[in-house]
Amino acid sequence: MLGVVRKKMLGQSLLKIRPAVSMLRSYSSAAKQMTVRDALNSALDEEMSADQKVFLMGEEVGEYQGAYKISKGLLEKYGPERVLDTPITEAGFAGIAVGAAYHGLKPVVEFMTFNFSMQAIDHIINSAAKSNYMSAGQMSVPIVFRGPNGAAAGVGAQHSQCYAAWYASCPGLKVLTPYSSEDARGLLKAAIRDPDPVVFLENELLYGESFSVSDEVLDSSFCLPIGKAKIERVGRDVTITAFSKMVGHALKAAEILEKDGIDAEVINLRSIRPLDRSTINASVRKTNRLITVEEGFPQHGVGAEICASVVEESFAYLDAPVERIAGADVPMPYAANLERLAVPQVEDIVRAVKRACYRSVPLAAAA
Amino acid sequence: MASWGRRSSAVARRVSAFFTVDKAVQIRIGMRRYPFFNPAVSSALVPRPWPCVINMTSLFLVDRFTSSIAGSQADSRRADDDDNDNNYPAIDFPGGKVTYTTKLRFISGSSGKRIPCYRVLDDNGELLNNFNEVKKELAVKMYSDMVTLQIMDTFFYEAQRQGRISFYTTSSGEEAVNISSAAALSKDDIIMPQYREHGILLWRGFTLQEFANQCFGNKDDVGKGRQMPIHYGSSKHNFVTVSSPIATQLPQAAGVAYSLKMDKKDACVVAFIGDGGTSEGDFHAGLNFAAVMEAPVIFVCRNNGWAISTPISEQFRSDGVAVKGQAYGIPSICVNGTDALAVYSAIHAARNMAVNEQRPVLVETLAYRVGHHSTSDDSTKYRSLDEIEQWKTDRDPVNRFRKWVELNGWWSEREETELRSSVKKQASLMKAIQVAEGRKKPPLTELFTDVYHLPPSNLVEQEKQLRETVNKYPMDFPSDVSL
Repeated sequence: MLGVVRKKMLGQSLLKIRPAVSMLRSYSSAAKQMTVRDALNSALDEEMSADQKVFLMGEEVGEYQGAYKISKGLLEKYGPERVLDTPITEAGFAGIAVGAAYHGLKPVVEFMTFNFSMQAIDHIINSAAKSNYMSAGQMSVPIVFRGPNGAAAGVGAQHSQCYAAWYASCPGLKVLTPYSSEDARGLLKAAIRDPDPVVFLENELLYGESFSVSDEVLDSSFCLPIGKAKIERVGRDVTITAFSKMVGHALKAAEILEKDGIDAEVINLRSIRPLDRSTINASVRKTNRLITVEEGFPQHGVGAEICASVVEESFAYLDAPVERIAGADVPMPYAANLERLAVPQVEDIVRAVKRACYRSVPLAAAA
Repeated sequence: MASWGRRSSAVARRVSAFFTVDKAVQIRIGMRRYPFFNPAVSSALVPRPWPCVINMTSLFLVDRFTSSIAGSQADSRRADDDDNDNNYPAIDFPGGKVTYTTKLRFISGSSGKRIPCYRVLDDNGELLNNFNEVKKELAVKMYSDMVTLQIMDTFFYEAQRQGRISFYTTSSGEEAVNISSAAALSKDDIIMPQYREHGILLWRGFTLQEFANQCFGNKDDVGKGRQMPIHYGSSKHNFVTVSSPIATQLPQAAGVAYSLKMDKKDACVVAFIGDGGTSEGDFHAGLNFAAVMEAPVIFVCRNNGWAISTPISEQFRSDGVAVKGQAYGIPSICVNGTDALAVYSAIHAARNMAVNEQRPVLVETLAYRVGHHSTSDDSTKYRSLDEIEQWKTDRDPVNRFRKWVELNGWWSEREETELRSSVKKQASLMKAIQVAEGRKKPPLTELFTDVYHLPPSNLVEQEKQLRETVNKYPMDFPSDVSL
């Protein structure tokens, strides 16, 4: 099923999965298609239905059905007490949600993009992340902060930054990065059920992408464990770690590399904090080579942490230097050509893998 | 909105029958409906005590901004009769109907007369009007706790000066704000403090030993030694852990209140902020949001004149903080924070409003920060000793309240001596400090617990590694860390 994940049903009618997923009880073997958007919507719907304390809050989540339509239909179904349209104050509604969580509610806070979460970051870090510790367990914060993260297309510097490394550096938070619809459903459900504060980093460009989902995934009790990475593609020659949109790029790169006789193992991290170091290290001990891929800025990035972990724990197993692929160390430019140069492309991954395998790479750079 | 405009000008005309402009008696009534104002009250600055349940249906504002037009009573923001625009209907802009005016008149940014400050007792501790909300038992507990708070502050401050604890903040000058607020609330009301409200914890039963344990961060600290001193927190006492970043508790209070509202509890949230904290963005977000969400929160702004070394004039240019409440659609009041009965009565009324009407309320208490901002501050560097001294002696809230309690025959010199210099109090406090100091610090396990609900594998591993290292190299580690 995993290899099929990449199949895009472009131009064909997608089997839209309605929010009331519980109706689909038939456990037929035919794989269903589901967009990430629908996956998130159905996960929210099911968790709100299962637990009265779960409520949604954010700008445009109600009447507008969500800035990216993730919360479509929820206001109508659950009413304004559980789907709250907020004034434009990230600091305000993040603070309110943290307060509500202190008192036992389970808020799901949507940031229109995580770039705007910086206006609320004090509440996320100093209040949500640290409260359970500072209060010696008296104040838990079962909150989920979710929204699109990272680059979209042509939105410029203040709408394109990846915050995975920022949030993942803070103890007390859990940071999740779904890629496929299965990830989106399973991880969001896990995040809502988790008593700790969770930062849930989605990707705008993935919302419309369709993935196969099994009946198990569609079941309302489906849940993925937090802190476990997924090996999307088993391989022998090199380990490529990636998260969110870059998983798709890594899988495409693996396909290309296969033709050159390089068998790449692609790990979908799913969880940045806690980071599944054991899966990553086990994989590197098998393949002996590591390439990390991320969209965010290179310095102090997720790849830096993975490389350090591997060098610390699996140094003797490495046959080549570890390499990080990351976004360019510049605020994201707007012009389409420059934007393309600022974000990792499939070819960057292919070339890096070949470097790790000591294969020659053509010197003439493709424009 | 047109009828409202007409009604307010009609009332304004009625009021004008009792006042003339040149007496410059301009009463700020905030959001209260005050259909009849007794002209016999000589000092316009002493309104009658508020009844507990208040009808908020109309916005009545007597002109408090200096009007240049003699004889004109109507407040300048509402439609004037001589504007000729009452012929036109009110216009339905998004956000509500608005009537027009053809007078180009800006609402003044500041006025000559400020919002008056509500008080019950005069400087000698005598009642200015009838007041029977506080009976003997309550009054005696209030007074004893105020004294205990004062003594506790002194002792802990000294302990820091002696190097025994790292930090302390006193509530000197604001004992009445602390204790009276606590007394006027129910124990189910959730307190979201700033950091100068430990008197509330004291009232609710936090023991001197518990205070000392937190300051010393020993193993018996309810907070497991995680927080620096004065960052108390106790879910048992409905006192949310003190958080250092200023004003974050304000939008959080709206969130807690929203949760109470969903649970339909007979309780409200009481969030505290200082005068300086009102400059934070979170103040705006918290009040605005609470108003929109109709959340039962009482925002108490302890205006004590100073934000470390920043005086009010450098903090904001508005008429105090109470005036800001109206901007958010929140009923507000300005109270004498050095008058224990005034604070009690205002908070009590505010609580009824918040709970019964499910809405936020803003209470500004005016007082003076007699002590330094904290043990890291020496306020004599930026303000005169005379000023501090005056507030410390002449306007001490504890003394004023004592006079009233004594006048009622509920307290005497004998009881005073017993309370203050009684072996119980001093020794109890000194003993608590000594015991807390002598107790062991939290064990190593507590370094790693509560980061998450369940310890993640990396922390389990780290703890194991740390234990092994400590066992292997004991000389590199302090001896008082119990494993």
